[in-house]
Amino acid sequence: MNINRSNKRMLTGNKAAAWGARLAGVEYVPAFPITPQTEIVETLSQWFAGGTLKGKFTNMDSEHSMFMAAGSAAATGVRVFTASSSQGILYGMESLYTVTGWRVPFVMVNVSRGLATPITLEADHNDVMSTRDCGLIQLHAETCQEILDFVLMGYKIAEHPLVSVPVLVNMDGFVLSFSREPVVIPDEKSARDFLPAFQPAQPVFQASLPMARASAVFGGGTYTYFRIQQDLAVRQAETVFNETAVEFADRFGRHYEPLERFHLDDAEVVFVMSNSFATKGKSAVLRLRKQGVKAGLLKIRMFRPFPDEAVANALKGRAKVAVIDQNLAPGMGGITYPEIVAAMYGRDDCPQKILSVIGGLGGKDIKENDFLSIVEKLNDPESKGPVFLYDEGDWKQFQQMQKIAQL
Amino acid sequence: MTTTAEHHKKIKDLHPQEGMAPGSPLCAGCGGLEGIRLALKELGDNVLVCNAAGCFTLLSVYPFTPFKGSWLYTTMAAPVPAAQGVRDALDIRRSHNRLANEDDFQVMVVAGDGSSADMGLSPTSAAIHRGLDFIYFCYDNEAYGNTGFQLSGTSPFGSATQTTPVTGEHPAGSEIRKKDLFEIWKAQNPPYIATVSPREPIDLSNKFARAKTMKGPRLFICLSPCPTGWGVDPKDSLLVAKLAVDTGIFPLKEYVDGQVIHNRIPRKRIPVEKYLEPQKRFHHLFVPKRQDDIIAKIQAGVDRYWERYE
Repeated sequence: MNINRSNKRMLTGNKAAAWGARLAGVEYVPAFPITPQTEIVETLSQWFAGGTLKGKFTNMDSEHSMFMAAGSAAATGVRVFTASSSQGILYGMESLYTVTGWRVPFVMVNVSRGLATPITLEADHNDVMSTRDCGLIQLHAETCQEILDFVLMGYKIAEHPLVSVPVLVNMDGFVLSFSREPVVIPDEKSARDFLPAFQPAQPVFQASLPMARASAVFGGGTYTYFRIQQDLAVRQAETVFNETAVEFADRFGRHYEPLERFHLDDAEVVFVMSNSFATKGKSAVLRLRKQGVKAGLLKIRMFRPFPDEAVANALKGRAKVAVIDQNLAPGMGGITYPEIVAAMYGRDDCPQKILSVIGGLGGKDIKENDFLSIVEKLNDPESKGPVFLYDEGDWKQFQQMQKIAQL
Repeated sequence: MTTTAEHHKKIKDLHPQEGMAPGSPLCAGCGGLEGIRLALKELGDNVLVCNAAGCFTLLSVYPFTPFKGSWLYTTMAAPVPAAQGVRDALDIRRSHNRLANEDDFQVMVVAGDGSSADMGLSPTSAAIHRGLDFIYFCYDNEAYGNTGFQLSGTSPFGSATQTTPVTGEHPAGSEIRKKDLFEIWKAQNPPYIATVSPREPIDLSNKFARAKTMKGPRLFICLSPCPTGWGVDPKDSLLVAKLAVDTGIFPLKEYVDGQVIHNRIPRKRIPVEKYLEPQKRFHHLFVPKRQDDIIAKIQAGVDRYWERYE
């Protein structure tokens, strides 16, 4: 039943995430507030309190507790959703590593925000990248529509018998979390047809089925066995994503691949980007094309499992590639850059130049000029990465601020 | 005042059933192990243990478990949140008609004193606040035992640990007092708190019998003589547990309906040094030179405690 004539509504990213969880029929939400995520759990709490969602919303005491409760509830056989951001991800990190190893399915949303120090609020991917090795499946959204769709698809992937691993859906704080965009909300019946009620693939806790889970192991051999199992499960998610995407497209008309190729077919200069700033990259590609530069963009939706074959196929034979990381590993550079380079390693058709670019830290805008300067750097045979998108104007602004404070 | 509802009067009244099998990698003479064994005899098999990192993590080493019920290893600080998730999920399944009555079970956190009094305390406080329906079994050996006996929040004044070594500058070893986990819980007014000793199986069993009829957060603090950390012969472990009660150092008590009830008030408390002297962790109070001032302080602490009840 739609109140509006169309099923398209203006939703913030946070509301889109909450709608995704609602359409998935989540039964349990352990929650803890953190900017810029809070609106998600507030919305869900209202839906549980008002009876729209059936189950339980539990106010937890920290993200460490919250992820643990999410995992243990999933291990007990209910469909779980939770959300966090930034410092909360770091605080909960031990629990994230723990519950991914339990091989239990649930979906969580991370609303990306820069990490302290300095403490800040706006989008930056160091938080989500910190979870890159913990065994989560990671889907990164560019638009509010993708957020809703990925949450729905996320359950299908997480709960697949060959996967049984939690899925993280990432969106950018502020840029998406608090921006309203038109979002098509699938009706409940279609959502339920696509994603039936939770049928756990693994045994769940109940008195008639006593079991020991997550027991200690001794000896690297036993440990390695379980780690390889985990690796296989996460890798399997790429195939399962693709199958799920086909079914999703059949029902809802929107088709997703692990990568999005924007004007890539004849592109000589390629920006590799993810999340909401990819929209800015696309706009720059169109502008550059008007200027006669054969530009294109490769957007990475799926960071885990890392679709290395698909990335290599998308970038093969390109002249110049700039990998724009909205994150920083101090002393090394962009976190995803080495993964892209590794995907190309040893190929004859490897791009002549793959440049690491760092931009958008702490939500800093990536302007059209920045893309032009990246193209200049790509054309400069002497240029080396990482290139920081921080120019004279930015420096002047900083000095001006210090001047006002009389520092 | 003593409690009246006694289910068991003699050892042979205890349940013949065992909730866990013998044989585990735990140390010989572990007081906590006897405590949890007795607890499970009373609670039965339908128990899921949420375990915090500590000595008892070694109870279930893949591919074995000694428990007839279920086991979930968590982290050092989050066994209680894990219990929350499990309990919530069971309640949800019940309300959605996806869990038969007989498939429900008791959720029990099993954690050491380090987890209970230090790292896991904030999530525990939150769970008491939420009224989580669970049993908390804390095996208290008064230090971080599994890592080789370092100071925890519950290490007593005057004890030597690996991180409070006895030196000329620090003749007492630990110079700070034990956290009172009983009182910390009591401040939040949960339905039930009890101290238990593996040397007092009837008292312990009656307390579990009482607690299992209740709902909400229920704490058991089990004094757990630790032969390796305390420096006693495994065969003397229960003797030390007995001395802890007879000296009045470890009061057997319960908190029910807002009242603290002492289950045994030692009429004639024996001097604390009888408890201290056999333990290597207190050896420095007697050898090479008797430190009467420190022993007197420990005695005074015990006397002050009991003055309120005598």
